[in-house]
Amino acid sequence: MEKVIIKLETLSCPSCMQKIENAVKGVDGVEKESVKVLFNSSKVKTAFDQNKTSGEAIEKVIEDLGYPVIKKTVKFA
Amino acid sequence: MQKTIVSNKKAITLVSGILILSGFFSRFVLRNMTVFEWALIAASFIGVAPIAVQAYQALKVKVVSIDVLVTIAVTGAFLIRNFEESAIVTFLFLLGHYLEQRTLNKTRSAIKELTEMAPESALVQTAGGSFEEVDIDEVDEGDILLVKTGAKVPVDGTVLVGSGYINEASITGESVPAPKSVDASVYAGTILENGTIQMRADRVGEDTTFGKIIELVEEAQDSKSEAERFIDRFSKYYTPVVLLLSLVVLLISQNLELAITILVLGCPGALVIGVPVSNVAGIGNGARNGVLLKGSEVIHDLSRVDTIVFDKTGTLTAGSPTVAETEIYVSDHQMVLNYLSSVELESDHPLAQAIVAEIKDAHHYRVEDTEVVRGGGVISTVDGHRIAVGNVSLMDREDVLLDEQVLRDVRQFEKNGNSLVLTAVDGQVALLMGIRDKVRRGVKDSLEELKQLGVKNLVVLSGDNQGTVDSVAGELGLTEAHGHMLPEDKSAYIRKIQEAGQIVAFVGDGVNDSPSLALADIGIAMGNGTDVAIETSDVVLMNSDFSHLPHAIGLTKATSNNMIQNIMIAVGVVLVLLTSVFFSDWMNMSIGMLVHEASILVVIFNGMRLLNYQSQKREKTANTVSLYPD
Repeated sequence: MEKVIIKLETLSCPSCMQKIENAVKGVDGVEKESVKVLFNSSKVKTAFDQNKTSGEAIEKVIEDLGYPVIKKTVKFA
Repeated sequence: MQKTIVSNKKAITLVSGILILSGFFSRFVLRNMTVFEWALIAASFIGVAPIAVQAYQALKVKVVSIDVLVTIAVTGAFLIRNFEESAIVTFLFLLGHYLEQRTLNKTRSAIKELTEMAPESALVQTAGGSFEEVDIDEVDEGDILLVKTGAKVPVDGTVLVGSGYINEASITGESVPAPKSVDASVYAGTILENGTIQMRADRVGEDTTFGKIIELVEEAQDSKSEAERFIDRFSKYYTPVVLLLSLVVLLISQNLELAITILVLGCPGALVIGVPVSNVAGIGNGARNGVLLKGSEVIHDLSRVDTIVFDKTGTLTAGSPTVAETEIYVSDHQMVLNYLSSVELESDHPLAQAIVAEIKDAHHYRVEDTEVVRGGGVISTVDGHRIAVGNVSLMDREDVLLDEQVLRDVRQFEKNGNSLVLTAVDGQVALLMGIRDKVRRGVKDSLEELKQLGVKNLVVLSGDNQGTVDSVAGELGLTEAHGHMLPEDKSAYIRKIQEAGQIVAFVGDGVNDSPSLALADIGIAMGNGTDVAIETSDVVLMNSDFSHLPHAIGLTKATSNNMIQNIMIAVGVVLVLLTSVFFSDWMNMSIGMLVHEASILVVIFNGMRLLNYQSQKREKTANTVSLYPD
């Protein structure tokens, strides 16, 4: 398991959170329970299986939704 | 393409606004309807693009968002050739969004200030022995770092070489710089005010104390209370329901205009944003003022607290006993003080230390033949005199006669909550001292303020003897005081009053009494931002400043009220809009969108008021201890 923390540009509508959450949960290999979208600090935190997906893949899913990623940190968990 | 459209939303909003303005200019000033129509058509097209893109993305991940409702509504308006409505609605939606973002940033500013205090780079020793600046993320545990004067300590670690004074306000709230030398622990985010040190990195990134504080505050802002989770669930189904409702209206009335108006009016707007805004502003104010609140559930509970229980007298008192009262029964004051001080200098008993600290300019004699009497005191020979220092039972043992006046003083001193120290010189009583732990400065005012804020019971549970506890309670006007309490007695007491239906907050130092901290409805840790305190409690009062407590209670009350106001504004707006669409003829999409966006701004501004909340006393003295050194 690895953990990724993705910092986004300021989120301003609560429905963005729902979109991002659903999209990240939809990535194969992401541990659904661990997905956290922090609205006020504009961060996404999630654990994932590094054999199935990667921090880059998760980042891309979010960027494809139209939310620019500022910074991404991947850690072993 | 999608990305460019979304990222240029600001420019799109501006262009669409200009187009609408020039359209109306040509209609009312130039009387040119063709230009008017085409300008509005263009404005609609440009304006709807970013909204439609977001709606499409939302649908892709199976979310019916506000964007979906607005896109359908605008398309509908376009189809019935109501270009005025389609253009204005998209413009207002975009403008509202822009303003929302701007104002939301303000409400989040307090926490942003906190995260911006995080160090960004560090000087790391390379294999060659020289130091090189690297990004903070590249520092690993075990690295050797150099910190120069004026720089921030980049990570938590231990000083290896050098010494200096460090301002630890970001961690402890204490702005007096602390001296640090070899082997001392230093914390990320604190500032080295003078000196130069080399340190070993022990904890990096989010594992540092500062990282944990930030993480705590960030998660607290987004943690949800029961009410919020309800609103979340509600809004998840709310938007699809609005979509369905408008479809039903369309089928029944065959009136497309009415159907799309309902789509716009039904936008959840202020309802979704109102509560989180109050929450983030309240928690932000707390973080700025040394009060860490762990989420909105805590805000809710603390705002309704009935009883505050303090874990020990030491929380209310200075914690070190001092001489409070002195009576001398012989004419040569200085001589007896010299003897007493000489004897007590030999002892490390807390009462003895208090006495030595009190008698500053004493001449010290050689002390001989010291005999310690267990549970009584000490007897020595000083300057050829037999000096007995101790309590009443020691005096009895020594056959010292206590006359009427001394006995009266003894009773009075005891009543005032003192521990007694009598001194006899050659079998004659010479001096009586009353020693007690003094109440901390400002505590009395703070407790008074708590009562004004509606806290009904202030209770102290202490391990001290009942006399000491009663005297502190009497001086401070506490409602209840219990002495001789063991940790299990304290938790039993808390359980008892909880069963009586009270909401209980327990104030402790976060190290002892963890059962009580956990059992109470709200555990409040008063301490220095240690890891344990941060993890075990619901509220952390940085620094041991007592005035943080009324601020915390007042702030949670204000935040809680603010949330209720915002919910009422939001629900009220939707109700008024939906009823007026059926019962009045002036309601249309543009007005609906205008009211919605205005109500969103109103709840944000209402939430922002919390950033400036100050408790009464602080307002008066304007003397805040902040997380940030000014």
